[in-house]
Amino acid sequence: MAKKKLTGAQIILEALKREKVSTVFGYPGGVVLGIFDELYDDKELKLILTRHEQGAVHMADGYARVTGEPGVVLVTSGPGATNTVTGIATAYMDSIPMVVLTGQVPTVLIGNDAFQEADIVGITRPCTKYNYLVKDVKDLAPTIKEAFHIARTGRPGPVLVDLPKDVTAAACDFDWPEKIDIPSYRPKVAGNKQMVRQAAAAVARAKKPLILAGGGVVASGAYAELLELATILNAPVTTTLMALGAFPASNPLYLGMPGMHGTYCANMAIQNSDLLLGVGVRFEDRVTGKTNTFAPHAQIVQIDIDPTSIRKNVRVDIPVVGDIKHVLKDMNGVLKSELKHKWDAVQQAWLKQIRQWNESHPLTYDYDDEVIKPQYVVEKLYEISKGNAIITTEVGQNQMWAAQFYRYEKPRRWLSSGGLGTMGYGFPAAIGAQMAAPDALVVDIAGDGSIQMNIQELATAVINKLPVKVAILNNQYLGMVRQWQELFFEERYAHTFLDSHMIPDFVKVAEAYGAVGLRATKPSEVVPVIKEAFRLKKPVFMDFICDWKEKVYPMVPAGASIDQMLLQEPKKTKARRLKAVK
Amino acid sequence: MRHTISVLVNNKFGVLSNVSGLFSGRGFNIESISVGMTLDSSVSQMTIVTRGDDQIIEQITKQLNKLIDVIKVVDLVEVDHIEREMVLIKVAPKQEHKAEVLRLTEIFRGRVVDSSQKTYTIEVTGDEKKIEALINLLKPIGIKEFVRTGKVAMAREGTAP
Ligand SMILES: Cc1ncc(C[n+]2csc(CCOP(=O)(O)OP(=O)(O)O)c2C)c(N)n1
Repeated sequence: MAKKKLTGAQIILEALKREKVSTVFGYPGGVVLGIFDELYDDKELKLILTRHEQGAVHMADGYARVTGEPGVVLVTSGPGATNTVTGIATAYMDSIPMVVLTGQVPTVLIGNDAFQEADIVGITRPCTKYNYLVKDVKDLAPTIKEAFHIARTGRPGPVLVDLPKDVTAAACDFDWPEKIDIPSYRPKVAGNKQMVRQAAAAVARAKKPLILAGGGVVASGAYAELLELATILNAPVTTTLMALGAFPASNPLYLGMPGMHGTYCANMAIQNSDLLLGVGVRFEDRVTGKTNTFAPHAQIVQIDIDPTSIRKNVRVDIPVVGDIKHVLKDMNGVLKSELKHKWDAVQQAWLKQIRQWNESHPLTYDYDDEVIKPQYVVEKLYEISKGNAIITTEVGQNQMWAAQFYRYEKPRRWLSSGGLGTMGYGFPAAIGAQMAAPDALVVDIAGDGSIQMNIQELATAVINKLPVKVAILNNQYLGMVRQWQELFFEERYAHTFLDSHMIPDFVKVAEAYGAVGLRATKPSEVVPVIKEAFRLKKPVFMDFICDWKEKVYPMVPAGASIDQMLLQEPKKTKARRLKAVK
Repeated sequence: MRHTISVLVNNKFGVLSNVSGLFSGRGFNIESISVGMTLDSSVSQMTIVTRGDDQIIEQITKQLNKLIDVIKVVDLVEVDHIEREMVLIKVAPKQEHKAEVLRLTEIFRGRVVDSSQKTYTIEVTGDEKKIEALINLLKPIGIKEFVRTGKVAMAREGTAP
């Protein structure tokens, strides 16, 4: 049978289906009309029309973080394309697989400063894993196949495909390559056996080992292997912000998150360990603090798929390049056959020490009867959802409290912009997550500043019947910045006061969009508001009017060693001190 | 320390921009870069001269390797290799120095490729030292301008890693 010729637009749709895409987040415009027209009555591909292209990208990102599969975005040229940049950079920093399709002016006009032309390939070069300008319709199918391949393999990341209007209008045979082989791109999966043995031997020798797990564990799906490793070694585990949930929070070996707002115990463990095993972690500055005093007594072993992550920020004694799941399997194998039993006893002293740190300085806050403490809200969200929600966050104090006071038992339930720290991420990400997991309870833990950065997506949530919940920890300030001003700028609150108690009135905003708005102004109202929000099968804004003075602790001041933590101030006399997570 | 890095890349548009963007985006400096085709017309050869301590050079080579269109990266400091560069020098000597210019050109095995009433344009190929030496000798005589190609380099047979 002769092959039927397809237009570029039809090829794109067919290619997406071959890649098992079911949802595309997008926004139309002149040069992509042809593609949108094809999507209009397509039965298999659902287009979620957002209210801003940035929203579309964060939704695709949220979708990808929940499913592990690339999120897909389709936008028009020029402003449509440039509006995606923050979202793409967010995904790039956190290694999230994504394919962004941007329209482009016809090839003959490229370079002419045509109407709505932007050199999006040039603009996104430093924040995509790879990008393409497709100049011939014959290249379209293989390019899309390649784009997905690159986005999901190796260290995942966003890939952009720029589609000139004439290319999507032209027609050709649909030739779908079954296999992709890019000789200059063959990510290393298996770790060098010799290095794995060396790493295992070092770990087995250690008296104070500590596993530091990062987002790579999630990307690689190596949760079972990580748990097995920790169990074989009986070694404590700390996970970075990117890896919350990659190791069960309830496991006695779990120390919480390290770094700037990490737990006392995780930071002390790093500084006192004699062997630090970095797994899928890139030792970012928010984790290491001052690098030349980081883990001063430890031999550092680092496993990562990306060689550039190794020795970028900290010295590494034993590097292993490879996919985490693969390498940990091998390493566990070596350890199981070689680990001597006597070693367990040495371990106890170290674990005891860690328990002491944990008990002397747990994560805490001062509960108050009069005014709502933001940590209390997060704690109640955890309790009432029984830890089963997918949590997304904005950026600032809300993000840190969400990391500290909600406990993550499972991976891909915690969606937060770790690398770029993008305010406005959490709400659209929650919508994308809800698309990926329609039955899940999805909650964006937000600040009153951040939520206003993509608040327009409430329309997307309502119209598509996506019952996401937003818990606004409303402190009337750009809280995290205010915290820095209080601590390091003599309480000069330069341009961080939002006076947002009623501007806007989040309850009315929710209602204006056809969603539900609830407000709590007293601690006693917190639980009823959460319960009501969770009961409703609709998008809900919960406006928690919180204590604006509250700060995130522990805190490692910028440039200090991670054991130089500012800790919670002395309690007020009448306050009840709750012992939170750990 | 100075390193000459040889990079084989896919011959596609945008690749040079990817490579140079990698340097500028990370604050690494490029002293010279030259690009040309290879036997296989789908592959180009870049020679990049850069400077940095061991950690920076390690990052540069790793980051280069990470680029999807990079096929192979060799830091030539680690292997015995030949380096060449070409320079075109336009000199404007006084009458009494004209003979000296021609003599120097001869000594450096260069050629006069253009001449006018007042100037000679000389072409010289060699390693960096040789080119700098000639430039230094011609400076007092009067260089109007010079253009250097940047280095190309190749591992000696039998020493490539
Ligand atoms: C897009 C963007 N702009 C600016 C910042 C810098 N920034 C980091 S935290 C923060 C304050 C966030 O305020 P809010 O959303 O109210 O959260 P809170 O800290 O009060 O919980 C700001 C402005 C950022 N992270 N992202």
